[in-house]
Amino acid sequence: MNFQLTEERQMLQDSLRRYLADTVSPEMLAEATESEAGHSETLWSGLAEMGVIGALFSEHDGGFGGAGFDLAVVFEETGRAGAFEPLVASGVLAGGLIAARGSEAQKARVEDIIGGAILGFAHSEPGARYDLDHVETKATKDGAGWRLDGRKTVVEHAGAAEAFVVSARTGGETRDAEGISLFLVPADAPGLTTRDYPLNGGGRAGEVTLEGVSLPGDALIGAEGDAFPAIEEAAARATCAICAEALGLMESIRALTVDYLKQRKQFGQPIGKFQALQHRMADVLIEIEQARSAVINLAGHLAADRVTRERHVSATKNLIGRAGRLVVEEAIQLHGGIGMTEEYALGHLAKRLTMVDHRFGDTDHHLERFIRLSAA
Amino acid sequence: MDLTYTDDQKAFRDEVRTFLNDKLPSRLSGKVASGKRLTKADYEEWHAILNERGWLGVTWPAEFGGTGWDAVQRHIFEEETTRAHAPRIVPFGLNMLGPVLMKYGSKAQQDHYLPRILNSDDWWCQGYSEPGAGSDLAAVKTTAVREGDHYIVNGQKTWTTLGQYANMIFCLVRTSKEGKPQEGISFLLIDMDSPGVEVRPIVLIDGEAEVNEVWLQDVKVPAENLVGEENRGWTYAKYLLTHERTNIAGVGFATTALENLRRIAGLEQSSGKPLIENPFFAAKLAQVEIDLMAMATTNLRTIAAAAAGQAPGAESSMLKIKGTVIRQEINALTRRAVGPYALPFVSEALDEGSNVDPVGPDYALPATQAYFNNRKLSIYGGSNEVQRQIISKAILEL
Ligand SMILES: Cc1cc2nc3c(=O)[nH]c(=O)nc-3n(C[C@H](O)[C@H](O)[C@H](O)COP(=O)(O)OP(=O)(O)OC[C@H]3O[C@@H](n4cnc5c(N)ncnc54)[C@H](O)[C@@H]3O)c2cc1C
Ligand SMILES: Cc1cc2nc3c(=O)[nH]c(=O)nc-3n(C[C@H](O)[C@H](O)[C@H](O)COP(=O)(O)OP(=O)(O)OC[C@H]3O[C@@H](n4cnc5c(N)ncnc54)[C@H](O)[C@@H]3O)c2cc1C
Repeated sequence: MNFQLTEERQMLQDSLRRYLADTVSPEMLAEATESEAGHSETLWSGLAEMGVIGALFSEHDGGFGGAGFDLAVVFEETGRAGAFEPLVASGVLAGGLIAARGSEAQKARVEDIIGGAILGFAHSEPGARYDLDHVETKATKDGAGWRLDGRKTVVEHAGAAEAFVVSARTGGETRDAEGISLFLVPADAPGLTTRDYPLNGGGRAGEVTLEGVSLPGDALIGAEGDAFPAIEEAAARATCAICAEALGLMESIRALTVDYLKQRKQFGQPIGKFQALQHRMADVLIEIEQARSAVINLAGHLAADRVTRERHVSATKNLIGRAGRLVVEEAIQLHGGIGMTEEYALGHLAKRLTMVDHRFGDTDHHLERFIRLSAA
Repeated sequence: MDLTYTDDQKAFRDEVRTFLNDKLPSRLSGKVASGKRLTKADYEEWHAILNERGWLGVTWPAEFGGTGWDAVQRHIFEEETTRAHAPRIVPFGLNMLGPVLMKYGSKAQQDHYLPRILNSDDWWCQGYSEPGAGSDLAAVKTTAVREGDHYIVNGQKTWTTLGQYANMIFCLVRTSKEGKPQEGISFLLIDMDSPGVEVRPIVLIDGEAEVNEVWLQDVKVPAENLVGEENRGWTYAKYLLTHERTNIAGVGFATTALENLRRIAGLEQSSGKPLIENPFFAAKLAQVEIDLMAMATTNLRTIAAAAAGQAPGAESSMLKIKGTVIRQEINALTRRAVGPYALPFVSEALDEGSNVDPVGPDYALPATQAYFNNRKLSIYGGSNEVQRQIISKAILEL
């Protein structure tokens, strides 16, 4: 039993924490959401230079990490800073899927991604809610190539992506696990349009429409029709990443709130002297420790067999959703009016943490899924 | 024990329903129902319609141009107007200042201001809170110094709801530093067009600028704008707060929010079925509905007691807590119900006639905004912690 980080990960954590603390400011984040890129180009190139994107990939894939605990370290820190760079979209999802299934030629993209190229993962569709197997987008054979038609929704960082990994059906019915294939599609492919918009909690996403997008035969990533297990695994890794991000957000929110309880005076004393508030904050602390253990559980089981891994995905995501809601609501309440303002640092962190529950399945979705997986 | 309305009350309810049917513009109810942004003109339009019927002064006695309704009638009116998605009545002039002027204002103040409130000639806002005076309201520092026939006011108010629409603000100001803090507070009416008044918007986490900072620098206020006596403002302020707490349970708001949630859960699909058929979701929905059913009766019990002449006491603290917790739970469930579409923030889509389409269903963004915005329910009007403190002291005698 050893809950210490390895020396390399400790170093990564320290340098990343220092870099983000020095670089990220609330103004920078607000500007990033408003900007055309939808993220901070300064921050993104800084992260690439530090090798943070490389930490998301294994040595075999050209990186120097890639394990659950590498994800946990990186994303806890970006969460702490409230950053929303395309690490999940480009690194964990698009890059992860190309690394897992791509041809040698396609894998050259992984190197680009590690260097800072941005790719998106266009998978979710209207009506899919959180079901990963809900794919209606069609890929039909077109001579030696393919033709894609369909709609993808809330595709994170769509506006900044130079290409997308797109899921499409080459067989089966909507919500069949079988028959889903992956394609590499340049963002400027004729027939592909993106409507890009800001998100609650920072960053941008887009609706991606594919109308008769024609692709060469080598756009297919991996074999035809059997991409679902890889998608599920990539989503598991992404879930680990955003749960760690949520943990970092919780830690920052806790620090802000404890500080505020000490500073803010009402009735002639710091409000942190009121036992009613002390107990509430103690409960928040307990739930954050639960969240930390849940992230460790998931990070430690990402490489396990499917059912074990997915039970941990759902267990951790469910707990993070519940803890996140408690942390957000208590932090705002304990701050009073100031906690509701956009300008004060809590506002962004609280929204971002709330939105974690709307990505890759909410608490209810994962509770139900946990029960189903446990019965299996 | 009889849980139903009397025949008279039912007839009154029908009268309200007919009125709403005939007079509430569908343009306004449509905006309210779909969570669109209301403008100042929208509120004023609705106020004018109510005023024409003599129903704007809901809580006012007939002698001041009000309805003279009893507590049950007021409750029925609230219930029906929220159910019909009418805009809310902006409370600052009608439910807050009005009653204070009726009880403590001079005849001249009553004659001047009360009709102006009913006719929407003035839009009032509430200048109680300051950066250093939130729950501890008696800590207000804004000073008013008497100089001849006027006061000179200096200080800062904050969290002033809809102050950007207001031309008048009623303020708690410090006129004495002697004795207990409560004993040096006065209640002053300030024209916001006076030199030295500056209003700065505060954007909240839902992205809307509903509250403001109001800065007061050497503002000259005629002495006749003092309400009652100097240094007795705390008494008037507390009297106002008991009126602010009418309809504190928000049963009507909770009921329409629950209906909205049920509608959304019927439209959202989860694994190929309507979300409302998902047993996990259905259980949560049922739970909050059960709580609301009981709370509605707690509310009616208080109203019946009030109609029988009992002054509301610490019961309003119970209703405040339970009512806000229930509404916040409904808001949280609604946010969850919209799934991934809680994420897009396309604010322009909320303006009437906007040519920007929402991303996903049009109910998604209002659901997220309501969740964030209604965190305020447990903070303002006496925070829920302060209400618990009142219950422990006044009811439990701890
Ligand atoms: C099943 C059982 C087995 C036990 N076994 C042992 C044993 O083997 N050896 C032994 O020595 N003792 C034992 N105890 C005693 C136990 O340690 C005491 O019950 C405990 O310390 C609480 O004291 P109390 O019961 O006097 O309650 P009190 O201390 O009077 O507390 C009453 C309530 O007030 C609360 N409270 C007290 N102080 C504060 C504060 N400052 N702030 C907020 N809330 C406060 C408490 O949390 C509690 O809710 C046992 C008790 C039980 C119930
Ligand atoms: C959206 C919104 C609209 C508002 N509109 C208006 C308006 O129009 N006009 C106006 O004058 N004001 C308005 N307010 C201000 C509101 O009344 C205050 O926010 C409220 O009184 C709380 O004060 P505060 O925000 O300074 O929090 P604080 O009083 O600093 O409270 C911070 C935390 O400490 C807790 N706390 C404080 N004292 C105690 C205690 N003794 N025991 C236990 N816990 C305690 C509180 O419950 C809270 O959790 C508005 C506020 C909001 C959020």
